Amino acid sequence: MRRIRSVKDNTARYFMLAVAIFSILFLLAIGIGLLFKALPIMEEKNLWSLLTSANWKPFKGDFGFLPFILSTLYVSVIAIVIALPLSLLTSIYLSTYASKNIRRFFEPVVDLLSGIPPVIYGVWGTLTIIPLISEKIAPKFVEFSSGYTVLAGGVVLAVMIIPLLISILVEVFRTIPREMTDASLALGATRWQTVKKVILRKSFPGIIAAIVLATSRAFGETIAVLMVCGNISQVPHSMFDAGYPLPALIANNYGEMLSIPSYESALMLAAFLLFIIIVLFNGLSRLTLNQIERRYKT
Amino acid sequence: MKEYEEKVFKVIMIGSAIIILGLLLYITGTIFYKGFPALSWDMITKLPGGGFYLGKEGGVLNAIVGSIYIIAGALAISLIMSLPLVMYINFYLRKNSLFANTIRFCFDILFGVPSIVYGAFGFAIMVYLGIRASLLGGILAVAMLIMPIMMRSLDEVTRLLSRDLPDALLSLGATKYEMVKVILRQLMPGVITAILLSVGRGIGDAATVLFTAGYTDNIPAALNQPSATLPLAIFFQLGSPVEEVQNRAYASAIILTVIILTLSFSARYFSSKFSKNKI
Repeated sequence: MRRIRSVKDNTARYFMLAVAIFSILFLLAIGIGLLFKALPIMEEKNLWSLLTSANWKPFKGDFGFLPFILSTLYVSVIAIVIALPLSLLTSIYLSTYASKNIRRFFEPVVDLLSGIPPVIYGVWGTLTIIPLISEKIAPKFVEFSSGYTVLAGGVVLAVMIIPLLISILVEVFRTIPREMTDASLALGATRWQTVKKVILRKSFPGIIAAIVLATSRAFGETIAVLMVCGNISQVPHSMFDAGYPLPALIANNYGEMLSIPSYESALMLAAFLLFIIIVLFNGLSRLTLNQIERRYKT
Repeated sequence: MKEYEEKVFKVIMIGSAIIILGLLLYITGTIFYKGFPALSWDMITKLPGGGFYLGKEGGVLNAIVGSIYIIAGALAISLIMSLPLVMYINFYLRKNSLFANTIRFCFDILFGVPSIVYGAFGFAIMVYLGIRASLLGGILAVAMLIMPIMMRSLDEVTRLLSRDLPDALLSLGATKYEMVKVILRQLMPGVITAILLSVGRGIGDAATVLFTAGYTDNIPAALNQPSATLPLAIFFQLGSPVEEVQNRAYASAIILTVIILTLSFSARYFSSKFSKNKI
């Protein structure tokens, strides 16, 4: 009887250990797998010229990633510029001003917003943002715009990263010691002065980490961006030009282009670049956030 | 001056909170307003008919069932992997052990990896193994996507559990494995919340299943057959030039939104139950 129990216990333990080791190796496996598939194109061409050339003609063997890299950057920057002030102000409101009831009401709002699938955001974007841009906003600046633009991608992405930003920022503000804000208020500062001089200053690293995390989320978003960005492989010159971010490039072409090996390899290079950048961004911001949390606990 | 600034910023802050609430209402409102006229029983109960993509009869039952198959398979795989993992790092390793924290850190990163990368990586492996776009491929790719979500939310509720119960069980002479079995029962509401969260994320994602699951008008009968999914059904129908088909995309979007909202509300219900049951 005792033997069976200890055999069971040991089997379970080794199974769990195996799963644990496997899960660490998994992250490495994705990176190595993608790199392995991306190697042929990097042997064929200089990596630097691939990244800086704007010439994308896969059937002639020209793979310049610049239009896609720039589109990704523009879209993400627009998204952050729109989303950050809204999320920052809302999370300050929720963590310092709002009553418990308002906070309790707002939690599911943020949850639901983050739960809505990308494809629904895409549908919403094509129904509302695209006509808004092509009929109302763009005519004021340029002669013609279809609405399927970098700006549309940025707006839709902004809405998508707002819940992520708010939930991290609220966590960050929560780690600020109560005594600190109380001391500031007791010295006669108003609430807003306390926010400005104490809370924002104290949580600066956390805010940066939240921005980096949200940026990496914006880099990788695929379907919603694909549906509203226009997908023309050119370097966008203004917000009202169509863009073609990296994930959209992969989604549109991968799977069909296996007949041209270097095309497939080029798309895998795109996936590898996304992966590396996002792992880097995520790693750095998570380390910062973990450190903040640890300091708060001790 | 001080009071003035205070008031202005308070108004701006309340304003931005209202904007965010408004966005949620605007998005769901738009979907329901556009999709409701095209929504019918046929949409939910019928397969696409002969002229479906020209606006004739049929529904998206293939996509609904396909999505359920894929998420069920992915859920099973990720539960089998993440339950032992979370139990191991919380109860077998020391508190704050380097190994446990490394695993947590890896999953924090995996959580941020975009779904298109999982889709591309999954497809590359499938090509390597000689598997075509199929139900099996979709299940594996979605399992990769939801595994970090599952693991992180399980870990969160497990860490909240008080240490008294495990200590009491061990001092009564239970082996660690027996202890874990009892603890799992205690954690049940948390496990259900984790399941609902990962199902919500997995069922709505299009980029993972785009290459790996393929698309078909039929319900897959075996693991090696391609499978339709709801997000892709919306995506493809919206790309159609025919207006009726586009309207059906909006109706399909309602179906997906209702599924997601239901999952999200039930997750909330179970997690509130969990905090009440905390010892």
